[in-house]
Amino acid sequence: MQTARDLKEYRGELKSALDNEFLRTAMDNFAVAYRASRAKAFAGMDVDGLVREIALAKDQAMARMDELLAEFTKNAEALGITVHMAATGQEANEIIGRIAQNANCKRIVKSKSMTAEETLLNHHLEDLGLTVTETDLGEWIIQLRHEGPTHMVMPAIHLSRYQVADLFSDVTGVKQEGDIQKLVKVARRELRAKYAQADMGISGGNFAIAETGTIAICTNEGNGRLVTTLPRVHVALVGLDKLTPTITDALRVLKALPRNATGQAITSYVSWMTGPNECKAAPNGKKEMHVVFLDNGRSKLAKDPVFSQVLRCVRCGACANVCPVYRLVGGHQYGHIYIGAIGLILTYFYHGREKAKNLVQNCINCGACKAVCVGGIDLPRLIKEVHARIQDEEGHPLQSSLLGMVLKNRRMFHTLLRSARAVQKPVTGGTPYLRHLPMLFARGQEFRALPAIAEKAFRDQFEDIRPKTVNPKYRVALFSGCVQDFVYPEQAVAAVKILAKYNVAVDYPQDQSCCGLPVQMMGERESSRSVAEQNVAALDPAKYDYILILCASCASHLKHGYPDILGPDSKADPKLGAKVQQFADKVIDFSSFVRDVLKVEASGFRVDGRKATYHAPCHLCRGLGVTEAPRALIGLGGLEYLPAEEEDVCCGFGGTYSMKFPEVSSELLKKKLANVEKTGAELLLTDCPGCIMQLRGGLEAKGSAIEVRHLAEALAERLK
Amino acid sequence: MSDTTRLADLMAEKAGLVSAIVARVKTLDEAYAYTLDVCDKKEACQLLPSGCEADLSAEAGALCETKLGKIIAAPGLSADQTRAFGEACTKAGVEFLTEGMRSHLAGIDIGFTIAEAAIAETGTFVLDSRSEELRLATMICEVHVCVVPVSTIRETSFEVEDYLRTLAKDGPSYVAFITGASRTADIERVLAIGVHGPLELHILLLED
Repeated sequence: MQTARDLKEYRGELKSALDNEFLRTAMDNFAVAYRASRAKAFAGMDVDGLVREIALAKDQAMARMDELLAEFTKNAEALGITVHMAATGQEANEIIGRIAQNANCKRIVKSKSMTAEETLLNHHLEDLGLTVTETDLGEWIIQLRHEGPTHMVMPAIHLSRYQVADLFSDVTGVKQEGDIQKLVKVARRELRAKYAQADMGISGGNFAIAETGTIAICTNEGNGRLVTTLPRVHVALVGLDKLTPTITDALRVLKALPRNATGQAITSYVSWMTGPNECKAAPNGKKEMHVVFLDNGRSKLAKDPVFSQVLRCVRCGACANVCPVYRLVGGHQYGHIYIGAIGLILTYFYHGREKAKNLVQNCINCGACKAVCVGGIDLPRLIKEVHARIQDEEGHPLQSSLLGMVLKNRRMFHTLLRSARAVQKPVTGGTPYLRHLPMLFARGQEFRALPAIAEKAFRDQFEDIRPKTVNPKYRVALFSGCVQDFVYPEQAVAAVKILAKYNVAVDYPQDQSCCGLPVQMMGERESSRSVAEQNVAALDPAKYDYILILCASCASHLKHGYPDILGPDSKADPKLGAKVQQFADKVIDFSSFVRDVLKVEASGFRVDGRKATYHAPCHLCRGLGVTEAPRALIGLGGLEYLPAEEEDVCCGFGGTYSMKFPEVSSELLKKKLANVEKTGAELLLTDCPGCIMQLRGGLEAKGSAIEVRHLAEALAERLK
Repeated sequence: MSDTTRLADLMAEKAGLVSAIVARVKTLDEAYAYTLDVCDKKEACQLLPSGCEADLSAEAGALCETKLGKIIAAPGLSADQTRAFGEACTKAGVEFLTEGMRSHLAGIDIGFTIAEAAIAETGTFVLDSRSEELRLATMICEVHVCVVPVSTIRETSFEVEDYLRTLAKDGPSYVAFITGASRTADIERVLAIGVHGPLELHILLLED
C-alpha cells in the first residue's frame, strides 16, 4: 500500500524493494515461468480474436450498466436475493456490517475478493466486533500479517515458506517447518474449523450475470464453495463492472481469464450460484443471500470517453505478470491495493490522487502489459493520461514545463543543443561520452556512460550525402528524431548509404523536430500536440511513398500516437485533417523497409560471420509489432545471429524514465547486459537510438568490449 | 471414430493434464467396485482425515475426530442406485452415507457423484449442486469419484450454456464446474494439491 508522500520517499521505498533478494528471485522465476505457461495455455487459439470479442462485449455492457443493474436486480429479487447498492467503499462496508448485525452473525469466513480489499472491508467488520477469517490461502496469510496483497491472484507471492511457517507457528501455537506441503495441510485443518463455525460467508464475484441473476466465481482451492455453502448467510460483494449480460459473455471471458492469470485452461472450480439455495444451517432451511454492488466511481468511469475501457478488466493480474518494473519491486511498491498496470490507473479513480501520483510515474512505457491484456485495454496510454491529469490538477513540475516549452520551439531546442555541443569539451574530454558531468546532472546515472553531442548534426550533413538517384524506385522522407540528429548522426548516415545503393530518393525536411514522445510521457500535452503538428506539416505524406524512421520509439509514436494526439477530438489544427492518418499510415521502421519493401538479399552484403546478438526495442516489437525483419536482416547482412534470452524485455531506458528512476533503470540494464554477455556475441544490434544510448552506456561503464550498433550501421558496414 | 469416442478421448486427455485419474467403466456396478477399490487402497491404516497428523491449534485439532472406519458418501443417486451401492459398501465393511454431511465436516474418505454433463476441451464435469448434501459431499471428501456418462460429454463450454440457463431460470440453483482436484500455488508458487477440497479426483467415463 502507498504511504510515500513524494517521489523522493517513493524512490526510497523502491530501493528497499530492489534490495529484497528473496522477492527479486521469486519474481524473476515467476516472470520466466509465466511467459512459458501462458504461451502453452493459449496455444492453437486465436487470442487476438478472443480479446477483440471480449473487449467489444465488455464495452457494450458497460455502456448500459444501468440497464444491466436493473435486469440483474429484477431477476435476483425474484429469486429471493436482497440486492444492495453502495455508492462508496465505506457505504459497502456499512451495508455488510448491518447485514451481519441484522442476521445476528458474529463469525465470518471470506473467499477472495479484490473488491473487499478495495473497500478495506475486514477492518470495518472487525471494528464492529466481528471475526473475519480469509480462507483463500494467500489472503489468509496476508491477513495474519496485516499486509495488503502483492498480486491480484497470488497475494502472498512475496513471502517465503519460512515466513509462512513462522506465521503458522504463531497461529497454531506449535513450531511449524518450512515445508510447503505440510503448511498447506495445516491451513486445510485450521480453516476447516473456521468454516464449520461461521454464520456468514462473504465472497466476491467474477461475474454478476444479468439475464439470470447469477453470481459466478472462479476458484482453485475450494474455499469459495465452502464459504458460500456452510454459513447460513451469503453476501457477495461485486463491483458494478462485473455486470455481465449473459451466460455466453461469462463463458467467453472464462476462456481467457484463467489462461491469462495462471496459465490454466480453467480453474479447478467455477461455481454458478443463482439465488439462495437450500441451507441446513438456516432456520428456514434456505440461505439468506445478499448481493452488494459497489460503485465507487465505476458508473462515472463507464461514461468517460477516455477511461471507460478500464472497466474491461477481468482482474487476471497478467499485466503485473509481464511488467518489468513490477518484477523488480513487487506489488507493495507497484500498486496501492490494486497492483500492476491496471492498479496504477484504478488507484487514481478508486483511492485518489495522493495514492496514485508517484505510482503513475513509475511506468517505463514498454507496452508488455498491453500485449497480454485480455480486455485489450491500452494500459500504457491510460497510465500516462492519469499522470497528465494529476499534473494538470497539481501543477506541472518546473523541469516538465521547461522541457515542454523548449521542445515546442524547434529553433530554441536546436540552438540549445548546438550551444551544449560548443561547451561540452571539458565534460567529454574529447571522447564520445560525457565523462565529467557535474554531480547535479549525473546523480544516480553512474550505471551508464552518457553520450556527447555529435560534432556535426545529421541535419547539417544531409545535403552532402543526399543520394543522387535516376528513376528512383521509392521516394522517402527520413525522420531522424532528436537523438539520431544530434547524438548519433552516424546511424542515419549509414541508412542513407543503404538507401542510395538501392536507388531510393531521400528527403530530410529540415523543419522536423523532436517526435514529442518525451513531453507526451511527461504529461505536457500542449507541447506534445504542437510538435506533432510541426512534424506532420514538415513531412507532407502526399509527397512520399514512405516516411522512414530509424528510431523505434519515434516511429511507434508517430504511427500510433499522432492519430490520437491530432485526432478529431483533440485541439489540433483542423487544417491537418486527413493528412494525419495518411502520415501515420506511411510511417515505416528501418528493418521493415529494408527487408520487406527493398527486399534486400544476402548477396548484397559481405559475409564476415561475426557473432551478433539482438535487443528488441519495446516500441518496435510491441509498439509496431515488428519482430521478424530485424532478426532476418542480421543473417542477410552477413553476420551470425546468436539469440539472447529475454530479447524483448525492456533495456531500462524508457527515455525520461531512466532519469527519474535510475535505480530501476540500472537493474533492468544489468539483467539485459547479463543476457547479452551470455551469448558470447561481440556485437549487440538493435533498432532504437534510445536503447543504444542505454546499452552502449552500460557496456562502456562495465568496460566491456561488446560493440553496440544500429542495424543500419551493421548493414552499411557490410554493403558490397 | 465416432464423435462420442473422440470426445471421450479428449475428456480423458485434458482431465489427465490436471492430474485427474481417468478410467473407463461399462456399468454403474463397475463404478461402485472401482470406488470400493480406491477406498480400500486409501491408506489402509489412516484413521485421521488428511492433515490431522500435523501440529495444529487446539481448536482445529478438536475437529479431527478419530473415525472408526471408512466413509463413502453418495447423496445424489437414485433410489435404485443408492440401494445397489449401499449394499456393495456394506459388504465391503464401508459406511455408506446419503445425508448428514454437516456432521462430518472434518472429512469423509470418498464422495461419489454422477455428472450431468462434461466439457472435453478442459476436462471439466458439470454437477447440479442444488442439494446441499451432494454439494458438501464433493467438498469435504478426500477423494472425489465422479461418473461421467460419455453421452453427456460436449466439446466446448458454450455447449453447456443452455443447461446452465435452464437451471438458472428455474428457481435457485448452484451448478459446479469441476476440473481436477483442489489446488493452490499461493506459497512460493509451488503447487500443492488438496487445500479446501478433495486431494484426488477420479473420473469414470461410463459407456452409455
